Amino acid sequence: MATRIKFQQNLDDLKERLLIMAGMSEQAIQRSIEAYRTRDLSICELVFQSEPVINRLEREIDQMALDLLAMEQPMAIDLRFILSVIRINADLERVGDQAVNIAVRVREMGAFANIELPVDIPKLASLASAMVRKALQAFIEADAEVAQSVLKLDDQVDEMNDAAFYSLSSLIKEKPELTPQSLNALIIARNLERVGDHATNIAEDVIFWVRGKDVRHNQAVV
Amino acid sequence: MGVGINVEHLNAWYGTTHTLQDINLNIPANHATALIGPSGCGKSTFVRCLNRMHETNPIARATGMVKMGDVDIYKDAQPVQIRRRIGMVFQRPNPFPTMSIYDNVASGLKLNGFRNRAILDETVERSLKSAALWEEVKDDLKKKSGASLSGGQQQRMCIARALAVDPEVLLMDEPASALDPVSTSKIEDLIFQLKSQYTIVIVTHNMQQAARVAENTGFFLNGKMVEFDSTHKIFTNPKDKRTEDYITGRFG
Repeated sequence: MATRIKFQQNLDDLKERLLIMAGMSEQAIQRSIEAYRTRDLSICELVFQSEPVINRLEREIDQMALDLLAMEQPMAIDLRFILSVIRINADLERVGDQAVNIAVRVREMGAFANIELPVDIPKLASLASAMVRKALQAFIEADAEVAQSVLKLDDQVDEMNDAAFYSLSSLIKEKPELTPQSLNALIIARNLERVGDHATNIAEDVIFWVRGKDVRHNQAVV
Repeated sequence: MGVGINVEHLNAWYGTTHTLQDINLNIPANHATALIGPSGCGKSTFVRCLNRMHETNPIARATGMVKMGDVDIYKDAQPVQIRRRIGMVFQRPNPFPTMSIYDNVASGLKLNGFRNRAILDETVERSLKSAALWEEVKDDLKKKSGASLSGGQQQRMCIARALAVDPEVLLMDEPASALDPVSTSKIEDLIFQLKSQYTIVIVTHNMQQAARVAENTGFFLNGKMVEFDSTHKIFTNPKDKRTEDYITGRFG
């Protein structure tokens, strides 16, 4: 016989709310990259508009989690789930912030000539977005294996960001007149690298929830 | 000082009902160990086997080994000797209603033949201090009856009564379930303080209480001990699905 029906319903509601938040953060990143690719400032506007909505969702989810902790005294997997939701919530909000940062850079780049830069931002973006998507898939399916695969992708994103740093700083040295475009691209690469870090955090939280193992800071995955 | 308890292949019956089935467990000295599980799972029977109270029921019997330190309590000792070394506190405070607070606390010693007034005075004071009740009752020790105290005070008086005979182990069968939150906190604080001197085994239905007071927790179900581990492990990441279902409240 199922018990604690109301509590279970509340956990389902919390998960559903977080997934709405996840969808919005993911969409914001995709839009910011689309704006970079097309230099379409109207898409930047959509990213800016999504920020307060994401922020409101963050507060709402935190409140729901706090209420459950206070009122239901969750244990074991339920306790781990709620703690993970609180952390994932914060990471998703930061993903939304990175999208806004990218959109700000794209808007700034609009003032300068659109030139070919020695960095594949869409490729970096696609990898970082894939990490977020996979981490969220792991969360939806409570699948620690999928979450683990996200951790391995982070190194690739870091390498691409490092490569972007070297090639863009070389370009600045060679062609100082391209400094504004190069610096903006450099910051966008850094923003995307941070998106990868947030996806990694989300994946680690899924592993904590599902397996009860804390694998943060390169602790061995058991 | 407390003493460790080693239980091996403990089985217990009420009539033909096999209430405890092959329990194996090491209860460390000077720690609080919580026993949790649904009603009828055998946890109270288990603690009653630890001080041979189980066998006071004519249709009950037990087999297996329970060692308190080096003493096998079913082979090497008489029940009365054992109960002197193991104090017990029950769900509802059970003061002797016609006795004063002083006589309630001293009753165990008097039953054991102590008559020396100075020793009795000293023991009553020490026990009431250990039970965190001394300051509240020191002026009324012989004036007030034990039954005139509040429920929480009565329970602490019963703990003082158990401590007066200088036990090594304190068994507590849901000691705070009939108390209000403030009295419950006082009992929990007391358990925290007492475990440096005694080995404490506490049966509780309140899982937050187990999490707050005990270093180790055992989960009983249908007469078996499903899981025994550090309280931290049991309440954050238990190994057995049945333990998880119980502590998360999904146990139907």
